Amino acid sequence: MYVAVKGGEAAIANAHRLLADRRRGDRALPAIGIGQIVAQLGLAVDRVMAEASLYDRSLAALAIRQARGDLIEAIFILRAYRTTLPRFGYSRPIDTGAMLVERRVSATYKDLPGGQLLGPTFDYTHRLLDPSLLGDEAVEALPEREDTGEPLMRVSDILAGEGLVEEDGGLPEGHVAGDLTREPLEFPMPRDLRLQALARGDEGFLLALGYSTQRGYARSHPFVGEIRIGMVEVELELPELGFAVPLGRIQVTECQMVNQFKGSAKTPPQFTRGYGLVFGQGERKAMAMSLVDRALRAEEFGEDVVAPAQDEEFVISHSDNVQATGFVEHLKLPHYVDFQAELDLVRRMRRDYEAAQNTDLPEAAE
Amino acid sequence: MTSTGKAGDRRDDTGDDVRRRAMGLLAVASRAELEAAWNGLAGKPAARMVRGPETGLVMVRGRIGGGGAAFNLGEATVSRASIRLEDGTIGHAHALGGDRETVRLAAIFDGLFQQPAHRADVERLLDVVAARLRREDEAQARQTAATRVDFFTMVRGED
Repeated sequence: MYVAVKGGEAAIANAHRLLADRRRGDRALPAIGIGQIVAQLGLAVDRVMAEASLYDRSLAALAIRQARGDLIEAIFILRAYRTTLPRFGYSRPIDTGAMLVERRVSATYKDLPGGQLLGPTFDYTHRLLDPSLLGDEAVEALPEREDTGEPLMRVSDILAGEGLVEEDGGLPEGHVAGDLTREPLEFPMPRDLRLQALARGDEGFLLALGYSTQRGYARSHPFVGEIRIGMVEVELELPELGFAVPLGRIQVTECQMVNQFKGSAKTPPQFTRGYGLVFGQGERKAMAMSLVDRALRAEEFGEDVVAPAQDEEFVISHSDNVQATGFVEHLKLPHYVDFQAELDLVRRMRRDYEAAQNTDLPEAAE
Repeated sequence: MTSTGKAGDRRDDTGDDVRRRAMGLLAVASRAELEAAWNGLAGKPAARMVRGPETGLVMVRGRIGGGGAAFNLGEATVSRASIRLEDGTIGHAHALGGDRETVRLAAIFDGLFQQPAHRADVERLLDVVAARLRREDEAQARQTAATRVDFFTMVRGED
């Protein structure tokens, strides 16, 4: 229960001034620029874009600076900002097959068309703190190699050639992709809506759920069929022109997880798939998303729903960190009247309890 | 001058493709490229704003599994502008991001692109943008290619 109580305006205003001061920090140091955040803390920026569900690097960097580096706070700020903008329309679906790839690896095929392209990865680093980054040492010149020009065939298409993997996920004819920014969540939900929710879901939450499936809670024998990161074109259909115009390119990370499936009465044994797609460079998130996407398809494959990662309502209702932080953090707001009511109740129960103890005591003594 | 058969021709499929390519390049032209082209124009055309420039959102869609049914991935900021040149030609521009001045200029160039007298000026700008994109993409492809793994197999055991 909330009761309007006046007061605290001066304290709040001063607290916000204090926040601005602490955010700026030591004035002897130069202020950090938005361009620097975009260029040098790019993966933090990408995470904020992905979980705010808004692709705009400058705004995400601004939100990070404003939030003093608290990424969930930054995501919250960016989510709030998006509600102030008009919606121009829906893009045509992006074509990840036509991606300008900067990283592409497969854990299932060593020699696949186009090869294994490591790109700018943390993999195979030793995770040792690098003292050279304390300063601003010049970065080595980049090695280059002639691009083979070989098209980067999707691993799912290679497997599909043998008929051993399910197709890209279809939905019934005439199905219009749901949009959870426009409609309230309803369960059970079709896979398109789940993917929208997972794409903006909290990386830590999805990582933990994905991990749980590997540890035996809804085991699905996953292999990374392919991860690819790169730029894809976004196109918007313009009714006034009668054709789709390119708006520019965005960076996305895609993960195709391939999972063993022993088959059922209706379906022969084959590989099934989980899909992950996120804004920016977000490999861990895309992998976790694909594991959870596959786990949430349990009923579709007639698998027993026994683990948290398979429970659609549990996963989707708790994956959004803006909702989660709102509800958890509201607990610190004044609940004085609620608490007074509970205090009164506990006092009364305690009196009753003590009275009962006192009447019991003489009997016990007898 | 736009009501000739020629203007009509531009609305056929090939015309759409030509305009589409131009609009795509104008969408990724930098502010500096657009301003340089604007400053290089002999006579500055008068352009009236018809819409915007304004920033809004486009919901970006993906496909399940990469090629399956569409789903909504998340939104992106997009700026757009529409202008009318003196002869009534309408120019449109849409570009990712929040830079409204850039799309205002891009819309003017889209309008000029439709005017035979100015198309060559716009083509010069498009060439600059296309060349930069090609350079950037090729450099990135070569840098990525340098990270391609060359496997070699150790032969062991008896032959």
